[in-house]
Amino acid sequence: MTTVTPTATTAPTATVAELLSHLRFPTSGPGPAWLTQARHRSAEWATMRGFPTLKDEDWRYTRLGPLLDVPFERAEAGADHRISSSTIEALTIDAESTRLVFINGFFAPELSSMTEVPDGVTVTNLASVLAEGGAGLEPFFSHPFGEHDHAFTALNTCLFEDGAFIHLPAGSLVTAPIELVFLSEAQGSPVVSNPHSLILAGPGSRVAVIETYAGNTGAITCTNTVTQVVLEEGAQVEHYKVQDEPDTGFHLALLDVRQGPESRFSSGSVALGSKIARNEVRVRLEGEGAEAAIDSLYLPCADQHHDNPILIEHAAPRCTSRQLYKGIADERGHGVFNGRIIVWPGAQGTDASQTNKNLLLSDHAEIDTRPRLEIFTDDVKCTHGAAVGALDEEALFYLRSRGVPHEAARALLTYAFAREVLDLIPSESLRTHVDTLVADQLLTDHDATGARSDE
Amino acid sequence: MMLQIENLHAQIGENEILRGVNLEVAAGEVHAIMGPNGSGKSTLANVLAGHEAYDITGTVLFEGEDLLALSPEDRAAAGVFLAFQHPVEIPGVGNLYFLRTALNSVRRQRGLGELDVMGFLALARERMKLVEMDESFMSRSVNEDFSGGEKKRNEILQMTVLEPKLAILDETDSGLDIDALRIVAGGVNALRGPDRALVVITHHQRLLDYIVPDQVHVMAGGRIVRSGDKHLALELEAHGYADLGQEVASDRSASVGATP
Repeated sequence: MTTVTPTATTAPTATVAELLSHLRFPTSGPGPAWLTQARHRSAEWATMRGFPTLKDEDWRYTRLGPLLDVPFERAEAGADHRISSSTIEALTIDAESTRLVFINGFFAPELSSMTEVPDGVTVTNLASVLAEGGAGLEPFFSHPFGEHDHAFTALNTCLFEDGAFIHLPAGSLVTAPIELVFLSEAQGSPVVSNPHSLILAGPGSRVAVIETYAGNTGAITCTNTVTQVVLEEGAQVEHYKVQDEPDTGFHLALLDVRQGPESRFSSGSVALGSKIARNEVRVRLEGEGAEAAIDSLYLPCADQHHDNPILIEHAAPRCTSRQLYKGIADERGHGVFNGRIIVWPGAQGTDASQTNKNLLLSDHAEIDTRPRLEIFTDDVKCTHGAAVGALDEEALFYLRSRGVPHEAARALLTYAFAREVLDLIPSESLRTHVDTLVADQLLTDHDATGARSDE
Repeated sequence: MMLQIENLHAQIGENEILRGVNLEVAAGEVHAIMGPNGSGKSTLANVLAGHEAYDITGTVLFEGEDLLALSPEDRAAAGVFLAFQHPVEIPGVGNLYFLRTALNSVRRQRGLGELDVMGFLALARERMKLVEMDESFMSRSVNEDFSGGEKKRNEILQMTVLEPKLAILDETDSGLDIDALRIVAGGVNALRGPDRALVVITHHQRLLDYIVPDQVHVMAGGRIVRSGDKHLALELEAHGYADLGQEVASDRSASVGATP
């Protein structure tokens, strides 16, 4: 008797080389010679390295088969005319603010809106900066795949077309949040896009940036996005991300942050969309006294998969980091928290905390949580904790005994669980916007926004 | 008759807690239930409110309707209210929002129109005054970080807003100082009327100085073993439950004997 391995279950998924050739790499785009070289180097590196597998520590919860089986096409410029201004308006948080819109990774100036920025501040698309030589930007296109090793960031370097470029010279302040809207648009063929954005905050400067990812319903798209943020001494950056892509699509993201002395970075995010989403955050505290606060709310339902790898490196003394990740998994949703804090030698006086709390609303939903601390120095204060639970039955009974119907009581408690993270959003217009998105997903026949307006 | 309880049994797993409770409460009456710890008083309250942890047999009629067939929320709409002994803390749900959601849910089920925010605020402010509760409590999460006394006052506030026909107070007086007790009793008495009834579970006679009962019952071993007028409470205060030992023992053997 012989055992036959069914080939259907081991259907060949694309290799990096096949994917690159299918996506017609290299394309002869404009740009400085160093960029062309960097693109080739990262293509070679990714080809050699291959796609991550479940054996890779940081990818053990995310099965890439469903993604690699899709015959993605490279996105083409010029999909802008298919997007109506009302689509953009629906994604707008503050009508008055500066907004850069990208369709499938290409800048769409006619859908964007620019407002006055202080002297010396640059808010534009990255391609326009690179077209003029991109002086000083070379290091940003060697480090993400050089030090952080997986194929998708390297592929982003090979393939990116555009993204946002925000530069603040020393001491400059941009008060209203800058909105970056990344829209996936696919009619028919599955489309992959690779936005790449840079946010460079000079000494003592201050800015707020909101990234929104969305797409047309039913579109099969893959967004492989990289955002790099650099904070020099005393800079303050508030970052927020709304991931609301179609639940037929894929979302792979890296937020890569480097912080100088006494700088303050905060990033919040909410994950609502995508079939498979992996939202990776890496923060390196390189200067003494830097502070980082990372919060996230992920709400996988139906068959969604939301993976949240986070790495915070304390590489200088007296830095503070705080993480609060909350997940709500319903139906067959799968949420992952894979958090890591490394305190390097010499980072004495580190104060780091990491909290992950999860709510399981269905017997078929799944949560994996993996908080990790690696400490290589003395004199540190580190706390971490993770919890997975169901709705509190006694609280449910309490609400029902006061007349609140069962479903509404469940919705109210679920929303209350999310609220701790929503309350951390500093800007009121953003909080209201995110609140509405979350309430739409969690509450069916319930007026959730009233939960806040009473107070 | 507003409430008729007949041969009510309740158990969790193998543990039988109520062993044949019989009780009738008419509209306009106040009944006090006293008795030692573990005699089943809180279980009786929870069963009447619709807690789903118990296996229940027997009959409970509320205004002639089968109360046990109703969900907790339908019981609330019908006019049953339980002031909990240990009110649960619910982080993330605003007290005021909760109260308005509860009131409007109940009003909807009673066929009344919902109150808008302004109408509700006017009502809530008036009732907060009654229980001497500061408005700052309203912007906090339900019972979160409330002191014991504040939680009990919050229960009474909910009661005065929801205006139940039958209110069951489960040890609302325990842990209250004399001023808080006076405030709580004031809230309760404001609700009294010929169409409403009250069941007060307590360990202490002193609450009954403020809320004077028509009848006093003693629970022991999962049954009501003695009933009398308000003087029974004074007697219990003077002599404790020790004298009940005989009755409790005989009741237990009777109940065991009746079970095949």
